[in-house]
Amino acid sequence: MSVIVYIETQDQEIKKSSLEVASYGRAIADAQETSLVAVTFGLENGSALKQYGVDTIINVPTEGEQYFNADRYSTTLAKIADNEGAKLLIISSSANGRYLGPIVATKFQSTYFSNVIGLPLSYDPLTVKRSCFTNKAFNQSTSQKARVVISLSSNSFGIIEKDGKGDLKTAEYAASTCDLRVESVEKSSNKVSIADAEIVISGGRGLKGPENWHLIEDLATVLGAATACSKPVSDMGWRPHSEHVGQTGKPVASNLYIAIGVSGAIQHLAGINSSKVKVVINNDPEAPFFKAADYGIVGDAFEVVPELISKLKVLKGA
Amino acid sequence: MTHRHFFINFVQNNLFMKILVCISTVPDTTSKINFVNQNQAFDTQGVTFIINPNDEFGLTRAIWFQQKEGADVTVVTVGDSSCEPILRKCLAIGADRAIRIDATPMDGFYVASQLSELAKKETYDLIITGRESIDYNGGMVGGILATFLGLPYLANCNGLQKDGTTFNLEREMDGGKELLKASFPIVIGAQKGLVEEKDLIIPNMRGIMQARQKPLEVVPAVNLEAGSSIESFEKPPAKGPVKLVDSSNIDGLIDLLQNEAKVL
Repeated sequence: MSVIVYIETQDQEIKKSSLEVASYGRAIADAQETSLVAVTFGLENGSALKQYGVDTIINVPTEGEQYFNADRYSTTLAKIADNEGAKLLIISSSANGRYLGPIVATKFQSTYFSNVIGLPLSYDPLTVKRSCFTNKAFNQSTSQKARVVISLSSNSFGIIEKDGKGDLKTAEYAASTCDLRVESVEKSSNKVSIADAEIVISGGRGLKGPENWHLIEDLATVLGAATACSKPVSDMGWRPHSEHVGQTGKPVASNLYIAIGVSGAIQHLAGINSSKVKVVINNDPEAPFFKAADYGIVGDAFEVVPELISKLKVLKGA
Repeated sequence: MTHRHFFINFVQNNLFMKILVCISTVPDTTSKINFVNQNQAFDTQGVTFIINPNDEFGLTRAIWFQQKEGADVTVVTVGDSSCEPILRKCLAIGADRAIRIDATPMDGFYVASQLSELAKKETYDLIITGRESIDYNGGMVGGILATFLGLPYLANCNGLQKDGTTFNLEREMDGGKELLKASFPIVIGAQKGLVEEKDLIIPNMRGIMQARQKPLEVVPAVNLEAGSSIESFEKPPAKGPVKLVDSSNIDGLIDLLQNEAKVL
């Protein structure tokens, strides 16, 4: 009854959120005195997972299929989990993870728990703590079924190195059960995606226009951060919708979130609540963001940000 | 075009696409989140309920297909009679009919199971759910429903065009977007981008009057079990006040982020 983790990769690299999932899976496998099995799709060499406590690394060759396929991945994962006699399957909270979650949970005839923020509080029956009300509250949920699929919130457990057995295996890629085909993928020009970023730099209307976005981009470059924006900014077309964070935009769960010229409307804050440390730079001391932030500067972004960039460049030796 | 050709064209283009939009009733974004009964239930006192925003983006897209192409739009919710004003609002926005499955929504699995039993009875070309509700944020009803029905599911759907009996779809993913094709029928998880905020329909007096005449059917729930139960709720500990740094003291801010918060 091993524990199964689904490992996501991009361009043959294991995603950080998946290393967190492996670390989390290891902790559960230890608690249950069982082994940890990782499943990868189309990954040529998954042996790095050994360092994150994985005992068996099962790669599924995807026959040259280059895009994520929720249908075939979910059938494959449910089958592997079944063969292993597993009760727990753990996935990340990436866009693909959250897409896969309810589908694989149904195929695996299990309960699906999304937004899980820590190790289970009990195993029999399985109880977990989850965030809800867009991170304004938590609940404890108990599964009525023995089998559970957990989607782990990013940055909620951390990455822990630990030796596993690291045996390598392969498994068969399940056939397609439906007619939904990816035609193409358009990658955004941003170097770091909001979902994968440790640091997110976000700009609001206070920046006065898209021509001033170099401030956000330069600061993001120095810190290796992703860029984001408030809803009015994407609504006005200053920035693409894919950068909009908030309740109806993308959720952010970074370690550091720096908001520049963002007033902090409740819908915006709802999307960034689970970021660990929030910094606000705004010339309006009454901006609601100051109530939600950990650190703040009341000041003109056009003076503060360039100075911050030059000082961070010195610090980072860039 | 002969009459016969017109008819074939008519059927092939499936002009009367049937759409089911699944609606969740959620507390307004600005609501105070509190709990009662020893933290076992959400405190609804003084809370205004709205159509879940992601569902409303989906409904608005469905109404677009209705107005442009004569699609038939049914809205459905799982809930008690307190959800009916929200269904009436959907009718005022333009839905042709509403169905309320008379049950307390226990969890996402339970809601998806109830919806699946209902959807099996009709042939829908398109079933729309929101990508997630803004209260429980489960993000699961669409995926479970589609899998129960043996249909494809597209999460985070922010683009949907009809091309004959095929859909051209877009999905927002981490670091980009995917362009997809699927034939009827399909289940999608709707989100912003499917329509924009400015496209949302505010019901006018005529819509509100018409909504009163439109059918709102109450159907009994199917006897099924929930997949999970919520034992208790809690709120995060109160956050301390913001630490303000003077705008002339950028070094001070960097020091705090490096040595106190340890995030640089």
